[in-house]
Amino acid sequence: MTSLTDMIAKGRPVADQRPWPRAIVDIDTWEAAISELAGGNWTLLALWGEIGAVHMALLDSAPGTTGVISFACPTGYYPSVGRHHAPAIRLERALRDLVGLEPEGATDERPWLDHGRWGMSRPLGGHASPTEAGAYRFLPAEGEHLHQIPVGPVHAGIIEPGHFRFTASGETVVRLEERLGYVHRGLEGLMAGASLDRAAKLAGRASGDSTVAYGIAFGRAAEAALDIAPPPRAVWLRALMAELERVANHLGDIGAICNDAAFSIMHAHCAILREGALRAADAAFGHRLMMDRVVPGGVAADLGPAGAARIQAFVADVHARFPALVSLYDETASLQNRTAGTGVLPPALAQQFGAGGYVGRASGRTFDARRTLGYPPYDRLAFDVPVLTAGDVDARIWIRIREVTQSLAIIEQVLRDLPDGPIRAALPQGEGEGIAIAEAFRGDVFAWVRIGGDGGVAQCHLRDPSWFQWPLLEAAIEGNIVADFPLCNKSFNCSYAGHDL
Amino acid sequence: MTNLLLEGLMRSALTESAPQADDAALAELARRLDAVSRRRLGRSLAIREVDAGSCNGCELEIHALNNAFYSLERFGIRFVASPRHADVLLVTGPVTRNMQEAVLRTYAATPAPKWVVAVGDCAVDGGLFAGSYAVAGGIGQVLAVDLHIRGCPPSPAALLAGLVALLEKAAGR
Repeated sequence: MTSLTDMIAKGRPVADQRPWPRAIVDIDTWEAAISELAGGNWTLLALWGEIGAVHMALLDSAPGTTGVISFACPTGYYPSVGRHHAPAIRLERALRDLVGLEPEGATDERPWLDHGRWGMSRPLGGHASPTEAGAYRFLPAEGEHLHQIPVGPVHAGIIEPGHFRFTASGETVVRLEERLGYVHRGLEGLMAGASLDRAAKLAGRASGDSTVAYGIAFGRAAEAALDIAPPPRAVWLRALMAELERVANHLGDIGAICNDAAFSIMHAHCAILREGALRAADAAFGHRLMMDRVVPGGVAADLGPAGAARIQAFVADVHARFPALVSLYDETASLQNRTAGTGVLPPALAQQFGAGGYVGRASGRTFDARRTLGYPPYDRLAFDVPVLTAGDVDARIWIRIREVTQSLAIIEQVLRDLPDGPIRAALPQGEGEGIAIAEAFRGDVFAWVRIGGDGGVAQCHLRDPSWFQWPLLEAAIEGNIVADFPLCNKSFNCSYAGHDL
Repeated sequence: MTNLLLEGLMRSALTESAPQADDAALAELARRLDAVSRRRLGRSLAIREVDAGSCNGCELEIHALNNAFYSLERFGIRFVASPRHADVLLVTGPVTRNMQEAVLRTYAATPAPKWVVAVGDCAVDGGLFAGSYAVAGGIGQVLAVDLHIRGCPPSPAALLAGLVALLEKAAGR
């Protein structure tokens, strides 16, 4: 077992990469890293690439160190990570579709984001003629009396598009296979060559429900690349916005999960509380979802006394009303009957896939980027990271219930201790590479950005937490009945847009 | 639960007064709705929401229309699960090339008379995503749009004002 620090030391260091080290490694080191991933010692944080090179961001769990290794592949081939470490499979398929890099030895050669409709293939790899929009080969399921249920891409609810292919034996799901990529907008292609302002706006629309978290991840990555720090007040305001976003999403989803078990009173009451969060955000920062409020260099909106009072009133309202709803959830046997023991995600899988957010923390994985990797101002804030091990729908709901309480406590601390001063630092001219990670409500958002000589974005990679959660939903639904899929799906609430980019 | 229900009866309604129909929406719709379809629709609209490539921001605000403050159903407007039950397609996002066929098929599955409402700045012309290899453009590139509701995302109040305008025109008022 090698440490990540030792392995990176073996490679050729890349200058102007902050704050995580990045090194260009040879094929032996690349393969040794794959072994550490496959052996469960390290966690894959991201895998992306460009013409001639593939990059892998890694977390060495025991010491909690992070770093990036790059493998130069001028011929376009690199040793497949997914062959030995399943969480990389879809990332490799996406990388092949976008850039054209071929993972040698890969077990799944089907396209992922490329549905054969772009009028070209390899849009980020120098363009090539389009692929055939032929039929997608779903994985087989064999046995007597099996039937298939195709669902989507247009779903019955007000939700994002994606395709689910169920194979069922009677009511029991034997296999679920997802097919995603329908909302691929070409975000990385649009970012390449964009100004920092425009790129920040695009990052804030990777997944609209996590716009603040994406703003923080992208903003911090850009600040790292330019080697500047945002003013303290901006850092604290970012945390305030991030926790408001987290509470709003948790409140909405707790109700929505119960609604998928036809328990609509929870939905109605939680929706009222969620609306309170959005109205407080609007009053405080001028936008209900706080889009474009986090910018490279700081924040774009300051908090005045009236806004602070609105947020305080919202917190008081949730303190007054939420406990009765939690009791209602806890004491309704018919509802518990639907959620307890349903959609179990085994802790070993959550660990292997590095599942972030409540999906990981309901299955024993303690990772929370605010705590595990830590970034300001969370080192100055007191909060717990709730963790459970049952891994079912019920556990995921409880994690979110407890996180609401923790986030409210953080909001109160920020309102109490918010430092004075400017909210935005001027960005210097400069170039370099930066990495950051931010804890969105559904898990850790990873951002890597390379700023070129013109001060604009040369390349950017954003990795949504859903990349490592979607495959686990397939595992969690196995053996459950088809009618419990909405419950399981909502309890994961993976992002389509953030994943499809 | 009893306490919650009792409290719901005792406290005054959260639902806010109906917004004025949006003037710009009324003007845009005046050109689109004919007398025949007005008669058929009456004062009820069934909406099928279609995400054609949105970031999910618009969906969050469309969801909010169903909460106690906006209570969309009081106007006789409701969301339905299938395009076959719908009068209106409420379409968000730029249209991605990967969703283009699904959008066209959803439209084809909707019985006439039918209307298309494009929601959000992306839906107008592709917004920030215009020009991408993966994006066909705004909704108008793919379907004939009857009403645009702008915003990134439009607030529930703006969505409500646009939909009320649609309802009023449809009812021939």
